Amino acid sequence: MIEMPEPDESVIAKRAALAAQLRAVLPDEQVIDTAEELKAYECDALNSYRQPPMLVVLPDTTEQVAKIVKLCAAAGAPIVPRGSGTSLAGGSLPTADAVVLGLSRMNDVLEVDTENRVIRVETGITNLAVSANIAHEGFFYAPDPSSQLACAIGGNIAMNSGGAHCLKYGVTTNNLLGVKMVMADGEIVEIGGAHLDAGGYDLLGLICGSEGQFGIVTEATLKILPLAEGARPILFGFDTNEVAGEAVAAIIKAGLSPVALEFMDKPAITVSENFAKAGYPLDVEALLICEVEGSEEEIDEQLTRIEAVVAPFKPSTVKRSANDIESAKIWAGRKAAFGAIGQLADYICLDGCVPLSELASVLSETARLAEKYDLKVANVFHAGDGNLHPLIMYEANDPNSARKAEELGADLLRLCVEKDGCLTGEHGVGIEKRELMLTQFNERELRQQMAVKDAFDAGWMFNPAKVFPLELIETRDAA
Amino acid sequence: MLTPDSEADVAAAIRDAVVSKTPLELTAGGTRRALGRPVQAAQTLSLSGLTDVTLYEPGELTLVVQAGMTIAALNKLLDAENQQLTFEPPDYRALLASTGEPTIGGAIAVAASGPRRLRAGAARDALLGVRYVNGQGEVLRSGGRVMKNVTGYDLPKLMCGAYGTLGAITEIGLKVIPKVEVVKTLAVLGLDDAQAVAAMSAALKTPTDISAAAHVSQSVSKELGLTDAVTLLRVEGFETQAAYRITVLQNALSAFGAVEEIESDPWPAIRDVMMFAGDDRAMWRLSVKPTDAPGLVAALQTQIECEAFYDWGGGLIWLACDEGADAQEPIVRAALNDVGGHATLMRASDTVRAAVPVFQPEPKPIAALSERIRAEFDPAGILNPGRMRG
Ligand SMILES: Cc1cc2nc3c(=O)[nH]c(=O)nc-3n(C[C@H](O)[C@H](O)[C@H](O)COP(=O)(O)OP(=O)(O)OC[C@H]3O[C@@H](n4cnc5c(N)ncnc54)[C@H](O)[C@@H]3O)c2cc1C
Ligand SMILES: Cc1cc2nc3c(=O)[nH]c(=O)nc-3n(C[C@H](O)[C@H](O)[C@H](O)COP(=O)(O)OP(=O)(O)OC[C@H]3O[C@@H](n4cnc5c(N)ncnc54)[C@H](O)[C@@H]3O)c2cc1C
Repeated sequence: MIEMPEPDESVIAKRAALAAQLRAVLPDEQVIDTAEELKAYECDALNSYRQPPMLVVLPDTTEQVAKIVKLCAAAGAPIVPRGSGTSLAGGSLPTADAVVLGLSRMNDVLEVDTENRVIRVETGITNLAVSANIAHEGFFYAPDPSSQLACAIGGNIAMNSGGAHCLKYGVTTNNLLGVKMVMADGEIVEIGGAHLDAGGYDLLGLICGSEGQFGIVTEATLKILPLAEGARPILFGFDTNEVAGEAVAAIIKAGLSPVALEFMDKPAITVSENFAKAGYPLDVEALLICEVEGSEEEIDEQLTRIEAVVAPFKPSTVKRSANDIESAKIWAGRKAAFGAIGQLADYICLDGCVPLSELASVLSETARLAEKYDLKVANVFHAGDGNLHPLIMYEANDPNSARKAEELGADLLRLCVEKDGCLTGEHGVGIEKRELMLTQFNERELRQQMAVKDAFDAGWMFNPAKVFPLELIETRDAA
Repeated sequence: MLTPDSEADVAAAIRDAVVSKTPLELTAGGTRRALGRPVQAAQTLSLSGLTDVTLYEPGELTLVVQAGMTIAALNKLLDAENQQLTFEPPDYRALLASTGEPTIGGAIAVAASGPRRLRAGAARDALLGVRYVNGQGEVLRSGGRVMKNVTGYDLPKLMCGAYGTLGAITEIGLKVIPKVEVVKTLAVLGLDDAQAVAAMSAALKTPTDISAAAHVSQSVSKELGLTDAVTLLRVEGFETQAAYRITVLQNALSAFGAVEEIESDPWPAIRDVMMFAGDDRAMWRLSVKPTDAPGLVAALQTQIECEAFYDWGGGLIWLACDEGADAQEPIVRAALNDVGGHATLMRASDTVRAAVPVFQPEPKPIAALSERIRAEFDPAGILNPGRMRG
């Protein structure tokens, strides 16, 4: 079990007074302090960890956020920023003495500028709503986490989120041009904007992926791209994970720039097929779904080239989509995978990243470890960039099963690091991988990162118990 | 000059400098030493002795090299596998009248990105990880070699563009890309600056994956062998794809005039700013919202004598003007501030670069934050003191 720091009773003692001060800034109902309402903010998608916060505030403007930050600082109350609470790493899990600052009311589109290919939004807006607002102009916002219906741009920025189509278009940091942010002293700053490459140190690059620890991001300027004329996938089945892994590397090396390249292993195929009836072959060990985009002719030529590159690896199934209906069918199984597994069991979704050349060996080692712990693991992941998603299935009601699942997860992440990879490719560290950070970095490296947090937030007000091992956080002054 | 040939020796040199309180100027090739403010340092530490290839996996589009490796050697390595850097780093030797060989460490330290930045991202976007020695002589790693990595803060981005003021970069992990089969350039002649930016925006609204878009005004187009203004688009893909994309663009731009394919390759000259090489004017690099660019240049031209051309679809302005006592800094920055963005003085004499802010002055809270960050990496202030701020 991952521990959270003891709440500060002297802060909790100021709860009523702080609530009253906050109600002077916000309409009454936007300061939440009743037990039943606070419960809605007790966890994110890592829902095995729950703790209602001391208070929740739901501001409408950046100026209100600035006032809230100042009041909380004066009261010594830590702030946990929250978008939609879909973090899989416990990024928005509060402590009992914390104020959750929810951005959900700040969800306006402020400016759409197709001439300059940018959109400016408030960060509580959902990822999908950004694209929905510009589709009629022929544009879209590229990073597309599977949670895009729910997750907010603020959460995406904090986690530097990715998605299936990031292989071609990059992750959040590659598509973020500017932010408005409230700093720890309540100062409102703007970094970057509709122009490229803000001058000075790359603070924007630093803020993206800082897990809500540097400031409250209230507005964002995002790069938007013209929608492709069309897109179609091709599906390949292979007899072994090894060969499927080799085919991935061959496609990437050939420079065919697919927009997505997704991998499913046998357990994932079986579960998804039973659930979604996508027509996946059940006699294969691994599936690859490879999508390309362009005009009809461009798509055909790219798919033909990809087929040719994959042919030497002797796929046992090749299914090339000829139209939108077939495309939807091929994607149906992949898209249903998490939900289908969720119907069968509780699961932990990891997201370590490894070099492509290690894919096959990591998958076979995963199977070996799963057997050792006597747990089922399904793998559905973004193969083009080596970003694994082992789904460890377990029984949440059984403490023994839950403990084993956490231990297996830790072993799998250590394996990724050993293979020259990393603990997390897109979900973030949060609380979940906090204590594993010393497997990837040495203490000095972590202290240098913590020093950057000091530069932004000397009092460690924002999301304090995340990202770094608790012991390092608690001994930081002694360092 | 100190020229260590291992990371451990770089660290030892920096620790010695801390003990003896000797500020260090970091250098590698030295080709961009004229960028930024002149450094006041007693000793020079060259990274050019670190030249090894740590790892190159073409099948993973991954390259890890030591920072002193020259761009020339790196390109040779990539050529052999038909791959290339994503960000097309420029070679400013002609522009800055310097010699030596540009290194990958220098390119990353100054965040040098060429025309392809428009589509494939900047130097920072290609950066997977770094090893560096901070101002206390500690060897540290951040990021790695895998394509996606959100484990801890993104310090490689911070190192990129820090001009060696936060650490000496010793090793760099990069994402590379395959070369494309066909690269073609389309040209529209005779547009004025505003029409040109509108044309480039129209082109960039099509899903044709244009890898570069520039406009060279009439007054400077002779460097490209032309007498008229020219608006340029680089189209890539495989044979049939490129042909199709050209048709799409010709249709999208029909209102702007004839869209012709040209045989010559204008992009190296645009990348290296050859239009302003070999003269002694001051030179500015302005990053703005593309549609603001023509108006900004026009406003400047009513106040000072200057010439300009545009890259990145209009978002990047290269502007040359008389150096005078201050490279026209107050006028350039005042005009820029009317629209937003940032201006960097890329070329001027040491005297002028010491006298005016080379980098865009930052609002107070941002400047204070940057100072705090610097103090966390280099508390003694021995790495490139003065390069980014006075
Ligand atoms: C089913 C499912 C599928 C998923 N698929 C993907 C995927 O494909 N790719 C991927 O990358 N992730 C995925 N995720 C993870 C998650 O959706 C992302 O991490 C997402 O970006 C979180 O957004 P959120 O708005 O829900 O943030 P929250 O969970 O509310 O918060 C996440 C972090 O961001 C901080 N934060 C939120 N808003 C702000 C702000 N305005 N300013 C500062 N800090 C802020 C929080 O403090 C917290 O640390 C998935 C999650 C689920 C449940
Ligand atoms: C005293 C001296 C004088 C020289 N005079 C000249 C001269 O007049 N003209 C000339 O062309 N060459 C000169 N050189 C030669 C120089 O070694 C090369 O020109 C070199 O090719 C330039 O490398 P670069 O362009 O990659 O980056 P540089 O121009 O060396 O550096 C660009 C910027 O990046 C920083 N930087 C570079 N590498 C790193 C790194 N690994 N980590 C962190 N920061 C880094 C630098 O501090 C500088 O701010 C001189 C060298 C020395 C020591």
